[in-house]
Amino acid sequence: MGDYMLLAISAILVNNILLIQYLGNCPFLGTSKKMDTAVGMAMAVVFVLAMAGIVTWIFEAVFLKPLGLEYIRTIVFIVVIAALVQFVELFLKKSIPALYAGLGIFLPLITTNCAVMGVCLINIKEEYNFLQMLVSSLAYPVGFGVALILFAGLRERITLARVPARKKDIVFIEKRLRDRDTIGRVDAPVRDVAIALVTAGFMSLAFLGFKGMI
Amino acid sequence: MTETTLVQEFTKGLWKDIPPFRLVLGLCPILAVTKAFGTGFGMGLALTFVLVCSNVLVSALRKIIPSKVRVPCFIIIIATFVVIVELVMQAFTYPLFLTLGIFIPLIVVNCIVLGRAEAFASKQGLGRSILDGLGMGIGFTISLSVLGSIREIFGAGTWNGMEIFGPSFQPFTFMVEAPGAFVCLGLMLAIMNLFGTE
Repeated sequence: MGDYMLLAISAILVNNILLIQYLGNCPFLGTSKKMDTAVGMAMAVVFVLAMAGIVTWIFEAVFLKPLGLEYIRTIVFIVVIAALVQFVELFLKKSIPALYAGLGIFLPLITTNCAVMGVCLINIKEEYNFLQMLVSSLAYPVGFGVALILFAGLRERITLARVPARKKDIVFIEKRLRDRDTIGRVDAPVRDVAIALVTAGFMSLAFLGFKGMI
Repeated sequence: MTETTLVQEFTKGLWKDIPPFRLVLGLCPILAVTKAFGTGFGMGLALTFVLVCSNVLVSALRKIIPSKVRVPCFIIIIATFVVIVELVMQAFTYPLFLTLGIFIPLIVVNCIVLGRAEAFASKQGLGRSILDGLGMGIGFTISLSVLGSIREIFGAGTWNGMEIFGPSFQPFTFMVEAPGAFVCLGLMLAIMNLFGTE
């Protein structure tokens, strides 16, 4: 039992998939501008990854390993994940419309989310047994969600923050301030993704501190 | 839309649309494999190969693939070339294969490859698609190499394994850890914005 707890904590905090393992960074930057989209994406990833982890692990154990076909694992996994995402989408649309409305647009994007494929590959590479795989497939996406939602909270504030800019940008911002159009917002060149990445760096530094826990 | 020349098709990937700075896609490999120059460069070459080959096949088959199932088709084409790269690297560059680890199979879900297949190769002719793939791939390789060099020089005091600063240098290990990757990439993006906004 203790082993599984350790595995879960290590997957959520110490080896956080976004900030320490660098997987799933495209949706991380794409959906963290608003809290609503961040929550939707986090839920969709937890939902799909738990299923994808189980299905790909079974595929590996039943087909690929006994038949000696490990070398086509990449093709098999991506096809399985793509099919699974389609299936989940259809299933939710029919049976749980409320959840579908919430996850809606995020589901198709998950096929190309490298966090999903990445965790499936980690499960195989670390040679987890079924229970360990189950814990890791649940804990990694929870870590993804925690980091994504925390970061969305920060980013909502960053858009309102002042960041060092060139003189003409500062003049522009001051003009905006006078016009009370927007509160001085981050502007070129340290705008948008650039400042988001630097912020993510410092969050990652905080998560690096969890290394001391184990 | 203005007609672009073949040369422009190639060079746009090197500066105007250089991934991942101008097209902010495919961030995972650029963060994960740029601990050193060598790994970044190797990853760049692997991605260039996949990009060019998948562009060729997607462009050649663009009239046969029905548009409703095009994305699954593209993914399978890309996955095939990724498996080829994986096997070739395992056979000939085994240490690099071990360092890159799961990031080689993850080229499959790299947004740049699928993005170019969908946005460019599925609409354009063979020649243009090859040039586009080559330009984007080389641009990506340059980005990875530059970022890898910066992180290796400051974080370990070496470049491609060679000592640079001598024994008294205290490595700035922040750079080779995860946070350094984010901060370094963020600052590089800012520098690119500074040059490119006018």
